[in-house]
This record gives sequence, C-alpha cells and structure tokens, in this order.
Amino acid sequence: MTFIVDAASWVLLTLGGFFVLVGGIGALRMPDLYTRMHAASITDSLGSMLIIAGVILQAGFTLAAVKLAAILVFLLFTSPTAANALASAALLAGINPGLAAPWRHEPRS
Amino acid sequence: MTVFFIIFLLTLLVITALAIVQAKNLFVAAMLSGIFSLMSAMTFFLLDAADVALTEAAVGAGISTVLFLGALALTAEHEHERTGTAARLAALAVVTAVGAVLIYATFDMPRLGDPNAPAQLHVAPWYLEKTPEYIHVPNVVTAVLASFRGYDTLGETFVVFTAGIGVLFLLGTAPVGQPKLSPAMAFAGKSGLRHYQIPRVVGRLLIPFILLFALYVQFHGDFGPGGGFQAGVIVAASMVLYALLEGEQQARRVLSSGVLKVLAAAGTLMYGFTGVACMLLGGKFLDYSVLSSDPVAGQHLGIMLIEAGVGTTVTGVLISVFHSFAARGTK
Repeated sequence: MTFIVDAASWVLLTLGGFFVLVGGIGALRMPDLYTRMHAASITDSLGSMLIIAGVILQAGFTLAAVKLAAILVFLLFTSPTAANALASAALLAGINPGLAAPWRHEPRS
Repeated sequence: MTVFFIIFLLTLLVITALAIVQAKNLFVAAMLSGIFSLMSAMTFFLLDAADVALTEAAVGAGISTVLFLGALALTAEHEHERTGTAARLAALAVVTAVGAVLIYATFDMPRLGDPNAPAQLHVAPWYLEKTPEYIHVPNVVTAVLASFRGYDTLGETFVVFTAGIGVLFLLGTAPVGQPKLSPAMAFAGKSGLRHYQIPRVVGRLLIPFILLFALYVQFHGDFGPGGGFQAGVIVAASMVLYALLEGEQQARRVLSSGVLKVLAAAGTLMYGFTGVACMLLGGKFLDYSVLSSDPVAGQHLGIMLIEAGVGTTVTGVLISVFHSFAARGTK
C-alpha cells in the first residue's frame, strides 16, 4: 500500500516538475507578453497543482495535508485572477498582442 | 541534500542580486528585489528558521515590494546615469575592499551546523532547557523573542513606530503641485479596480480569509512560526489589497488615518504598559510571571499581550505608510 501511494506521489511530482519546466521554457521562448503568460500559466495551474497533490499523498491524513489542500484552493483562486489582472493591465498600458500585428495590417484576401 | 538546495538557492540569490544591479528599469529592480526576498525566505526555511522565513516572505517579498511600487509611482521609472568614470572606479574600489574584508571575516565563522559554534554553546542550550520549565510554549523562538529578550522586541516595536512617524512627517502632508502619473495609475488610484470585475470579486472573497489567517498567525505564535510582526504585515497586506480593489479613498473611509495613528501608538503603549504592570505587581519590567497567580500562565498572558501590541503597531504603521505613498498619487 505504501509503495502504491509512494509511486503515485512520485508520478504526480515528476509530472508537476515536467510542467513547470515546460512553463519555464515557454516563458523564455514565446514571442510576446500574452503568449509568454499563456506558457507561464501552466506552471501555476498544472505544475503547482500536481506537485501539491503529490506532496499531499506523501503527507497522508494529517493536518499538513489539510493545510496543503488550503494552499491548493488558494492558488486555484488567485493565480487565474492574477493572470487576468496582469493581462488587462498590459492591454490598458497599450501592449498589443505581437502575433496579431502582421495579419491586422495586411489586407486579407 | 539540504546543503545542495541551499547552494542552489544561494547561487540564484547572487544571480538575482547581479540582475538588480544591472536593471535600469526601476520597476524591474523592485520586482527582482521581491524575488530576492522570497528566495532568502526559502533559504531561511531550509536552515530551520521558520519564523524568520515567514517574516522575510511577508515583509520583504510582500509589503516592501508594494511600498517600492508606491514610491515608483511618484518618481520616474528609469534610472538616470549621472556618475563619471572616476566615481565609478572609486565605488568599485570601495565595494571590492568591503567585499574582501567580509570574505576574510567569514574564515573565522564556524561551519554550518558545527556543534562547537558559540551559537550552540553560549545561551541557546539554556533557552532550550528552561523554556519548557519557565514559559512552557512549544515555539522557543516566541519564548526568546517575547519573554527572555522582551527588551529587544520592545526596542524593535519602538523602531517600527519611530519609522512610521518619520514617514508620516516626510510624506503625510498634502503634496505640493500636481504629481505626474501614468493614466493607468491615476485611474486605479481614484476608483481602484472597480471596472475589473474578476480581480474585484476574487479579492473581496479573499480578504476575510487573509484576515483570518492573520489572526491565526497572531495567536498561534506560541505553538508554531508566527507572531505579532508577521500578523501585522498580513493585516496590512489585506488592507492594501482592499485599497487596490476599491480605491484609496474608500480604504481610508474604512480605516481613517486618525484610527491608524491611534493603532500605531496604542500597540507600542500596550507593550510598555504590560511591562509597567509587571513592575506594579511586584516583578521586574517585562517579567510576566507576576501577571497571574501561576507564573507559567502569567508568562502566557504577557506574551499574548505584547504580541497583540506588536501586531497592532505594525498594522497601524504599515497601513499609514502605504496610505501616505498612495494618497500622493491620487490628489
């Protein structure tokens, strides 16, 4: 039983780490602010959720698991909100999506 | 394994520090200093200093960054290059000399976790041994901070209070002339994020929980990491969030600057009067054992009172400081 829980937890942790890595690469490689945010949001959503789920499995039925679950809920609320606030602030500051620029100026046939 | 993590974090700290020096955009520098604080907090946590880590995360990464941004909103966003080559070389020489002296001084320091280090031999064993007997709280840090070293913490509370007075003297008056502001800042200052529904709804949902967490940190300090300083910062953070969502003026209506000044002074006075009460009851200044018939219960009561005083002062001072920055932007 412990082995199964450990294995599941390690799978979750590794997957979470993988998504954090993907998010990091995306944040570096994507061409403009909005696509970078899109990549970085994977770190917030999938990455942190999988990692916290993995750590909860390690903690078992303890108070620590409840606290981790509270952090998970907090992140679920705050990180999309922060991303939304950042994107709308960027739009208000006049940053246009870079990928939108080429086809906007070209006459479409 | 822990050592590996610490080395990794320290390397990142050095990289971040270099990036802060390199950054010409002050907004970027403020954000990087927040990241720097967060990583120092992680390092402190790895070194088993959970209380310090919590303080660093709340103060350094949280409220300082907000205050930096508040100050930046009133000044230019970019650094001006004014120094010549000679000044630069002189600065480099000073930095190199001081750095060399500091590195030389580290050779005299004991290794990490050395059992023969003065920190392990001098007073720490006594505190660890006597805390269960005299004070009986699980978190020895709180016992040391609030009771054994109550004078130091009283001094720190006065420092916070004095700093608050200083900022209010400098920035608390009405600004002269019209400050230049970006349209977004001026807009956010007047009405907050009223037109952004999503942050507003989620923020309003979170504020009660943030306050609840602050109370937990305040009163759970005897048992786990936490205490007045951290709790005060968290309350201030919730108020900053409220000011961002509803606008600076509405936040002032909820907690007016008069109330905040009273809070800042009341907390400090509460700390001092707890000490005086100990003297009136026949003990020494800040010797809480006489506050109750049972010395241990008296210690608990005293620690709770002075932690509440610290929390009140920190809350009052930090929100006042935030308002004195933010209000200059909106007038």
